[in-house]
Amino acid sequence: MLRYVAHRLLLAIPTLIGVAVITFFILRVVPGDIVAAKMRSDGAQVTEEVIERERARLGLDEPISAQFIKWMTGLVRLDLGKSMWTERPVIEEIAARFQLTFQVALMATIVACCLAIPFGTMAALFRGNWFDAFVRLFAVAGLAVPSFWFGMLILLGLLLTIGTLPPIIFTPIYRDPLANLWQLIWPALAVGYRFSAVLTRIVRSSLLEVLGEDYIRTARAKGVYESVVVRRHALRNALLPAVTIIGLEFAFLLGGLVVTEQVFNLNGLGKLFVQSISRHDFTLIQGMVMVFASFYIVANLVIDLLYAVLDPRIRYGRGK
Amino acid sequence: MADLAFTRTRSVTSASRNPLVDFCRTQPIGLIALMIVVAMMLAGIFADHIAPYNPVAADLVVMLQPPSADHLAGTDSFGRDIFSRIIYGARTALVIGLCSALLGCTIGALLGATSAYFGGLTDDVVQRCIDLLLSFPLIVLAMVVVAVLGRNPILGVDVNLVLAIAIPIVPQVARVIRSSALVIRQLPYIEAARVAGYSHLRIVVRHMIPNLSAPYLILLTAYIAQAILLEAALSFLGLGVAEPTPAWGLMLSGSASDFFLQAPWIILFPGLAISLAVFAFNMLGDAVRDWLDPKFKT
Repeated sequence: MLRYVAHRLLLAIPTLIGVAVITFFILRVVPGDIVAAKMRSDGAQVTEEVIERERARLGLDEPISAQFIKWMTGLVRLDLGKSMWTERPVIEEIAARFQLTFQVALMATIVACCLAIPFGTMAALFRGNWFDAFVRLFAVAGLAVPSFWFGMLILLGLLLTIGTLPPIIFTPIYRDPLANLWQLIWPALAVGYRFSAVLTRIVRSSLLEVLGEDYIRTARAKGVYESVVVRRHALRNALLPAVTIIGLEFAFLLGGLVVTEQVFNLNGLGKLFVQSISRHDFTLIQGMVMVFASFYIVANLVIDLLYAVLDPRIRYGRGK
Repeated sequence: MADLAFTRTRSVTSASRNPLVDFCRTQPIGLIALMIVVAMMLAGIFADHIAPYNPVAADLVVMLQPPSADHLAGTDSFGRDIFSRIIYGARTALVIGLCSALLGCTIGALLGATSAYFGGLTDDVVQRCIDLLLSFPLIVLAMVVVAVLGRNPILGVDVNLVLAIAIPIVPQVARVIRSSALVIRQLPYIEAARVAGYSHLRIVVRHMIPNLSAPYLILLTAYIAQAILLEAALSFLGLGVAEPTPAWGLMLSGSASDFFLQAPWIILFPGLAISLAVFAFNMLGDAVRDWLDPKFKT
């Protein structure tokens, strides 16, 4: 087990380096000059001299190899450079908003699991009857409805039913848990719906597949209660693919809440990313893209380790 | 009796010969989805004749009017007719959705097929690059492309927006197509083509690609839905289609977010249009998959 963990940890390092390289070069393929693009973005008249000075200040006049080495060595020290707009270190800007986005993503994941696992299970068990049809409709609608529009409908529904909107100012959960949950449950529902639609389909199809296996027939033949067959024998195996989806979707949510945060006016990572794009703040974009991809790699790592815990075949098989 | 028997056999053979008829018969849900898609395409093409008002003409006298006989879906904060904007929006959504899905899926399929055909080091390198690109969320990658490329409208279509939506699709399609291509590569006719001395290019283009058309078609339909959704999201953020072009995502942003609590119809109908379009293409994709690949039937 320990060897497996070490093996997986070592494998994540080249991936992270690869992501850092890609991130660096994506933002260097810009035709022209990012400083000129930033300063002239709103049609302002800026002289060559001002641009030159700005480039020197940001270290962009150095040769690309020197910039690359600076970027990579900075990463080792968790230094992503400074924002071109606010002048604050990129890592600080991200850290200040991480808590909010993390909480919304986590709550959306919980919402999704609470809906998808029972729905998917029931749909698979009662395959072909009205409940299955309802779940299919639920999932199909969830994939089609854009989460930002769903968020607006939630706000509208809140105003029509209870007459107030959730507060705009963020309260950390340790200060006032109720106010915090009241504010963040709505965006979590808005994204959680789409997430649960994806997950329901996975749970349903994977449970259907497992229920056709020989060991399920064996368990039934030896007289195990149907509820035990489903819970202990079928679900435990059927939920393995769901674990992958949950983990990866969660990681994507940390970077992909862009639109939802805009609707609910939350000052999270997504909003920061939209701001950095519209301000042409390339150092911030670069840093955030790097961080988003790292979330995904870490999630992948955690999923692989979870698999080893959940599925003994991986732990003992092939001695990896 | 003889006539009846004759017509029956004929209808069976005609059904199996004409793929469109066969698809409509075996996939009732697919037929409904196809009808929605065709209706949207017609709305987009004949928008000039269907839409009762000019979609960009502001008329402040009738701003924020609720739905009525004059304005079927009401008017927005500039007094523009929402129904007309939705009809014209179909044009924007379909043009950008189709172009970007087509571009992304085609490049992805070529990349996946080539990578699987050559195998070895080429395959390893391409796969590692694809894995890396897959670690960025779809919308984040699209936004970066928008930021890096800026706007570049040609004939009323923002080419860079199409690119921004197509690029994140490429690695996803490449991975799926590669796994299908790996199976095809093992088949005897590829070996025969090699023995016959055909060039690599000819084998990939003439022998592998045509046999990958089934997964390609399935992916294409599914990614049109994704592309429409992504375009709506980007336009909503102000990074996609620019005002005053009518686009569904754009109709939900800007002044709409200030007024939708007082005038719900200004967001209700554009949102329904997006959902219906995505729903139709998703259903069509599922139906095409069931139709082409009976193994997937649920």
